[in-house]
Amino acid sequence: MDKLKQPVLLKKGAEASLYLSNCHGRKAITKIRTPKKYRPEILDKQIRSYRTIHESQLLHQSKVAGIATPLIYMVNVPEATIIMEYIEGIQVKQYINRASEAERKKICLEIGGLVGKLHKENVIHGDLTTSNMILDNQGRIFLVDFGLGEKSVELEAKGVDLHLLKRALQSTHFTFWETCFNDVFASYSLVLGDKLAEKVYEKISEIERRGRYVEERKQ
Amino acid sequence: MTNTQKTSLTDNMYCLGIESTADDFGVGIARFNGEILANAVEGYVPIEGGIHPREAARHHAEVADKVFCQALTDAKIKPKDLTCISFSMGPGLGPCLRTGATVARALASYLQIPLVGVNHSVAHIEIGKLETGATDPVTLYASGGNTMVTAFESKRYRVFGETLDIALGNCLDVFGRQAGLKNQKGLPLGAAIEQLALKGKNLITLPYVVKGMDLSLSGLLTAATTQLQKEKHPIEDVCYSLQEHAFAMVAEITERALAHTEKKEVLLTGGVAANKRLQTMLKAITEEHDASFNVVPQKFATDNGAMIAWTGTLAYTHGLITPINESYVKLRWRVDKVDVPWIN
Repeated sequence: MDKLKQPVLLKKGAEASLYLSNCHGRKAITKIRTPKKYRPEILDKQIRSYRTIHESQLLHQSKVAGIATPLIYMVNVPEATIIMEYIEGIQVKQYINRASEAERKKICLEIGGLVGKLHKENVIHGDLTTSNMILDNQGRIFLVDFGLGEKSVELEAKGVDLHLLKRALQSTHFTFWETCFNDVFASYSLVLGDKLAEKVYEKISEIERRGRYVEERKQ
Repeated sequence: MTNTQKTSLTDNMYCLGIESTADDFGVGIARFNGEILANAVEGYVPIEGGIHPREAARHHAEVADKVFCQALTDAKIKPKDLTCISFSMGPGLGPCLRTGATVARALASYLQIPLVGVNHSVAHIEIGKLETGATDPVTLYASGGNTMVTAFESKRYRVFGETLDIALGNCLDVFGRQAGLKNQKGLPLGAAIEQLALKGKNLITLPYVVKGMDLSLSGLLTAATTQLQKEKHPIEDVCYSLQEHAFAMVAEITERALAHTEKKEVLLTGGVAANKRLQTMLKAITEEHDASFNVVPQKFATDNGAMIAWTGTLAYTHGLITPINESYVKLRWRVDKVDVPWIN
C-alpha cells in the first residue's frame, strides 16, 4: 500500500479479510487469506497458497471467457494476498431482495448467461452465490471469489457448480428461488447449447439424489 | 413446597420419548419445564462390521421393555402420569425406526394419550440448546449418519452445508475397521483413532474437498486407507492426518456458515462431538468471530431418548400431534422440511 493511507477492513469473511486499500493511486481491494490457527501449519499453507494461485488464474481466465472480473494488481503467494481492482457497486444478493419481479428476471437471465460463458470455457467458479456477484453502476455483473474454483472439462464439476448456485438461492432467497433458478438455467442453456445444458441438468438431478435424505433418491 | 411457591401447570406434565434411528434404543422422560428425568439407553453392538439394520431392529425389540421400565424407574413416575409419547419418526434406518414407532404407537393407544412424531436432527439441536443454554446457534451435527451445518432462518432450521457423500462418523468408523482397530469398552472406533492421532507426528497430504458450503469425505477415506495399507505409513500418522483433514473441512464450512449468518453461537453435537481435537478446532473458530462455543454433554450428544422427549414437549405445546394412522416413519425426513413453531 506504499506510503498511502492505512488499509481499512471492509469485511472479515470466513476465509479471507477484505481491505479497502490504495494501489498507486487506484482504489483497490486487498484480499488476505489469513492463517487459520485451527489447522496444522503445513495444511493451512497448502490451502491458502493453492487458493490464492487458483483465484488469480481464474480471475484472468474468466476475463478471457468474456466475464467481467476485477483487474489483478498484485499477487503475493507466500502471504496469500491478492490486490485487485475495487468495483463500485452492490452485491447481487442485496439487489435481488429489493428488485421488482421484472428486474429480478433480467438479472437472473444475465447470471445464467455469465455462468454459461464460464462453463463454455471450462472454468468452474466453485462458490456461485449471489454474494459473490457484484452489480456495478453501469449494470454489469462482476464475478468475484474464485478461491474454490478450478478448470475442469468434467460434467460433474459443472453440475456441482450449478447445484451450489441453486442451494445458495434456496437458502438466501427462499421465497422466489425457483423462478430465479429457472431463469438462470434458461439463459445458461442458450449460451451453452441445449444439448450440453440438458446433460448438466441431468447431472444436477443426479447430484441431488446423492444427497442425504432426499425423497427422490432411489432405494 | 411452601405455600408461597406457585406450581405451574407444566410441572405435572411429562413426555416419554423413544429413540431408535440407528444402533441405539433409548427412552427418555422430560418434564414440560425442561427437566430431564430419565435417559435410558441400550446400544446394539455388531459382532463384526457396521450396523446391520435388521439385527439392530431385533436388538431394539428385545430390549424395549427393559429400557422403558428403566426410564420410568429413573424418573420415579408411573405410566399414567405421562402426558404424551414422542418418537423418532426419521430420518434413519427403516427397520430400526419401525421398531421404535411400533412401541410408541402401542404405548399411546394403551395409555390413550397423544402421539408426537419428532425429527431426529431437530431433536439433536433442541436438546443441545436446552443443555448448553444456547438460543440461536449455528449447529454442527456430526455423527455416524449425519454431518451438517444448520441454523435457524425463517421458520425452519436451514441446512447451510452438509456432506455430499458419507458422514464424518461413518468415515472414521470405516477407516478404523479397515485399519483393524478394536472397540474399547463400548466406545466407537473414532475414540481409538483419536488416541492414536495424539501420537501422530507427520502430516500426510490427503484430499481436502470443500465444495462451496458442502464437503465430501469419501475420497479422503479411500486415500487414508491407501496410505496405511499400500504406502505403509505408521497408523498414528494416518490417524492424525485423517483427523486433521476431515475436521479442518467441517470447521471450514462451520466458519463459513457463521460468517454468513452472523450468529453469535456455535453448537457442536452428534457422536463425533466427543472428539477433543474437533472441539479445539471449533473453539478456535468461535474465538475468531466473537461467538460462544457450546458442546453438548456426551450423553445428550449421541443418540438418546431424552432429546426426543424434550422435543416432544415443544411440539405438543404447539399442537403438533401425530394421529396414529399417519404415524408412518420417514426414512429421509430432512431437517429443513420440518416446521419448528416454538421458535420465534
